[in-house]
Amino acid sequence: MGPKSRVSACKKETGRWQKAGEEAARNWELLTANRGESLGLRPATQTFAGLPAEVTKEQGEIMTQSAPVAEAAISAESMRGPVAGAESTGETVLGGGPKYDLRRRPRVAESLIQGFLFLCGAISILTTLGIVYVLGRESLLFFANEEVNLLKFFGGTEWQPAISRFGIWPLVTATLMASLIAMAVALPMGLCIAIYLSEYAGQRTRSVLKPILEVLAGIPTVVYGYFALTFMTPFLRGILGRDIVEIYNTASAGIVIGILVIPLVSSMSEDALSAVPGSLRQASYGLGATRLETAVRIVLPAALSGVAAAFIVAISRAIGETMIVAIAAGAGPNFTFSPFRAAETMTGHIVRISGGDLSYDSIDYNSIFAIGLLLFLMTLSLNILSQWIVRRFREEYE
Amino acid sequence: MTVALERPAQTQSSQSAAYANGTGSFAIEAGGMGVYYGNFCAVRDVDMRVPTNKITAIIGPSGCGKSTVLRCFNRMNDLINSARIEGEVLFQGQNIYDDSVDPVEVRRRIGMVFQKANPFPKTIYENVAWGTRINGFRGDMDEMVEKALRSAALWDEVKDKLQQSALGLSGGQQQRLCIARAIAVEPEIILMDEPASALDPIATLRIEDLMKELSEKYTIIVVTHNMQQAARISDFTAFFSVDEYRTGNLIEFDETEKIFTNPSQKSTEDYITGRFG
Amino acid sequence: MALDQRQTATQPAGGLMPSGPAYREQVVTRQRRGRRWAIIFQAAMLSGIIALCALLFNILNQSFGYVAIINNIDPAELAIDGVPLDELTKDQLVGILEANVSAGLMRRYEHDMPFAQRTSENVHELILERVVEPQVQATWGLFESVFARGSVFAEAEERFPGSDVYFRSWLTTSFISKSQSSEPLRAGVRTAIFGSLWVVAITILFSFPIGVGAAIYLEEYAHKERLINRLIQTNINNLAGVPSIIYGMLGLAIFVRILEVFTSGAFLGIGDQSTANGRTIISAGLTLGLLILPLIIINGQEAIRAVPNSLRQAGFGLGATHWQVIWHHVLPSAMPGILTGTILAISRAIGETAPLVVVGASTFIALDPSGPFSKFTVLPIQIYQWTSRPQDEFRNLAAAAILVLLVLLLTMNASAVLLRNHFDRGQANA
Ligand SMILES: Nc1ncnc2c1ncn2[C@@H]1O[C@H](COP(=O)(O)OP(=O)(O)O)[C@@H](O)[C@H]1O
Ligand SMILES: [Mg+2]
Repeated sequence: MGPKSRVSACKKETGRWQKAGEEAARNWELLTANRGESLGLRPATQTFAGLPAEVTKEQGEIMTQSAPVAEAAISAESMRGPVAGAESTGETVLGGGPKYDLRRRPRVAESLIQGFLFLCGAISILTTLGIVYVLGRESLLFFANEEVNLLKFFGGTEWQPAISRFGIWPLVTATLMASLIAMAVALPMGLCIAIYLSEYAGQRTRSVLKPILEVLAGIPTVVYGYFALTFMTPFLRGILGRDIVEIYNTASAGIVIGILVIPLVSSMSEDALSAVPGSLRQASYGLGATRLETAVRIVLPAALSGVAAAFIVAISRAIGETMIVAIAAGAGPNFTFSPFRAAETMTGHIVRISGGDLSYDSIDYNSIFAIGLLLFLMTLSLNILSQWIVRRFREEYE
Repeated sequence: MTVALERPAQTQSSQSAAYANGTGSFAIEAGGMGVYYGNFCAVRDVDMRVPTNKITAIIGPSGCGKSTVLRCFNRMNDLINSARIEGEVLFQGQNIYDDSVDPVEVRRRIGMVFQKANPFPKTIYENVAWGTRINGFRGDMDEMVEKALRSAALWDEVKDKLQQSALGLSGGQQQRLCIARAIAVEPEIILMDEPASALDPIATLRIEDLMKELSEKYTIIVVTHNMQQAARISDFTAFFSVDEYRTGNLIEFDETEKIFTNPSQKSTEDYITGRFG
Repeated sequence: MALDQRQTATQPAGGLMPSGPAYREQVVTRQRRGRRWAIIFQAAMLSGIIALCALLFNILNQSFGYVAIINNIDPAELAIDGVPLDELTKDQLVGILEANVSAGLMRRYEHDMPFAQRTSENVHELILERVVEPQVQATWGLFESVFARGSVFAEAEERFPGSDVYFRSWLTTSFISKSQSSEPLRAGVRTAIFGSLWVVAITILFSFPIGVGAAIYLEEYAHKERLINRLIQTNINNLAGVPSIIYGMLGLAIFVRILEVFTSGAFLGIGDQSTANGRTIISAGLTLGLLILPLIIINGQEAIRAVPNSLRQAGFGLGATHWQVIWHHVLPSAMPGILTGTILAISRAIGETAPLVVVGASTFIALDPSGPFSKFTVLPIQIYQWTSRPQDEFRNLAAAAILVLLVLLLTMNASAVLLRNHFDRGQANA
């Protein structure tokens, strides 16, 4: 087929398509008439029906500007025949005389639904904004008081709202102490349990033990608080002596917080350990390593980022834990480093103050929001840190 | 454009000449069609006109973009976020990638059957009925279901258990159910992506027979990696291959007989005769 | 470390690796160490289980046991003609009451509810409350009561002479059916149970549709590259880690204060306008709703992600719209997973205490909540308050309330597990 015949083929095609186009235009008129729509909506169809051949050529040239020789361009076009023809209308919708109306119809319901779903997602953003706004606003009001300033807040070791002493340290030390004790319990225990479940226990044992841990995780914290006060405290007092251990103390609260977060540590760590590919274990066994060596020197380092993330989330959880300390750690801020004395944590203080008769816009009211803001920032940065660790080190073993 | 010129134009236009200038018409016409997944160009410069009411087979080595091309024909690639399509695909003269075209409408006219049978976890009856119902069918549903199942040569096997779960059917039956489901909404074209590749030879044979029957009423485009199958059932065959960038392109598109007896491209011949790669 | 030393000490001629008896010895040491640690790991697991057992034991121990009670008037003295108090007719009981309390009090009772309408159980109760007036002197745990009965009685005899010592289950049907009271022997958790149910109902109504909607949006519609969607996703992950008490403060500032007109019901003119405030069931429900929203969303996303893509393709291939595919195929397939996650999130909400203290649960209400604009108390709050009381008998009440709460939670978790198992089996068949 030489270039000439191709051109004629192209013309023939175009003719066919024009006829089809006229037909299409008629169909369109019928269609729009039926729907009571204005014909003016689709002027392009009209243009196409009476399209002179030159337009096709012109369009073809525009389309193939990059081609060095016009003739070559046309021959390329002829291969595509109908495609070029349709393109030349600029509006391809009814170009070929379709049986069907494929045009996008407005799907109002669909868009409404999608909008609604987006709003659902956006509520989470609103929640965060709400938290930041509320904590920020009330904290600002708090620091606007003349008795308070940032220096006194972060420098003071006395929190006595009655005499306008607002030093955060007693609350922070109590919080940190309880969390530290909790971590001393939860981290080793949680990690050991995770290693046991992932590397030692058989399928059956695991299927029995994991639900037990889930039960432990599902018990409300107020129950743990009760446990701390009515079991752990008498227990400690029995062992260490009633003179040493006060009725309310951070130690028993801390230990019970530790028990509370064990399931969290163990399940997150176990997920990380189980995600280590079996090939690594086989390689290790293949070199004559024992199960312990494989678990501790091969699998654990490979899962380290996940385990570290679990630890950090656990710390954040312990800092934010409220009911256990509110019940068992004592009421009344107390700047002490003894775990056996009563001391009030940040969360415990918020609960005690807000549980009483609290009048809005009093300095007490504002002060708990300042504590809340500090708490929020602490836990948020820990959570972000753990997410960062997971993201940063994840690719390593995938 | 220059790339297109380097390839001998003869191969495709011979098909056009043999078919298009006669009385036949085209169900799908792709022009300059290319697909990108992100930055990776999976298929490039496909010019292809698929004749109406015929079976067109797409063959080629694995990864050459057969499924990708097929998905382009009913805008299934829209569902892949990274996918981007260039060029145009005309269905009855309308570019289905035109902004004004509704992909939902396109897919109702151009149905699809997938490699792995994917019946809905519903009853057999519901599997067939669902598509027609959402597309606004208001007639006698029992009759419609029976008709579709008969057309898919499945009626006799399932007529007593229409209310049972479709997941209880055998693989071959499931696949025919998927075909029944597709034809129930009365499409013009049925795209099939390796519809028999997960089936045993007998089930495969039944699907092939079914495709032959269906081709009287529907245009069928079938991707297959099985060359015997392509030779057995198709009227036209498109051969795709990959270049050094793993980008797929259409090497040759012609009547099946010509492709398998006298291909005009060396690479087609190599592939057909098993000397590929 | 030991391994390295041994290597240098026992290097055989020729090879660098230890072999022969030295190697055997080294292996034995390593395996001994392995066994030691295996025991340690097991012990850790065991102590976790022990902690759980101790917790449950402690609660059971406190829920049942002997109590020493001293009555103002011995019920036996009130018996008429040898018929014990419990078996007297209503008229006789009214007579006893009249004889023992002031006329003014009788008038008040008559005013509250005419005696003609009262049941004999009700009058019996009034007699216990006003005439018998039992006072708890001491309580003992279940363990002591069973294994050291003798010393319990001896102690009671010595410290509370004349006291009535009997075995009491603090968890009784009347404990569940009675409302709050300052008398430990008559206190119940009915108000708190109703409060919990109301609050959780609001929580579900709020967070389930929104949570599932957000999950659908994020999994089905959102383009992951878009900034806003990434922001939403990160934000949800972070919200899941915010301490619950912060949600309480959010609820206090937003629902209780700023939206007081709505949450107090004032905009509908409901309730007593002079005392109405925002510390109502609806504020509590919405606060907990916000709290569990991230959990429901994250769970929902996982469930939706688990729906095979082939199902979506099948739907789209038939010309279904996106929403039709979601509504008819994705959601039904994901629903068991979504429900499991939701149940777990709700059981978290049922057990939450701190945010509700902050939002302002009432310390004492004896009336059942009548609607979303009522004041409220919930089971965990009740437990908290009883635990904080110094008297032993309130600890016993708290333990009994904990049992109620745990049974409630256990039922919910069990149903979640059943649902999940059922779902898994369904998958296996597919
Ligand atoms: N969703 C996708 N995202 C990214 N790349 C894809 C995707 N689907 C297919 N590809 C790539 O496109 C090319 C063609 O794939 P496909 O059309 O499935 O080939 P075939 O069906 O011929 O085996 C392959 O290189 C494949 O890796
Ligand atoms: Mg494929």
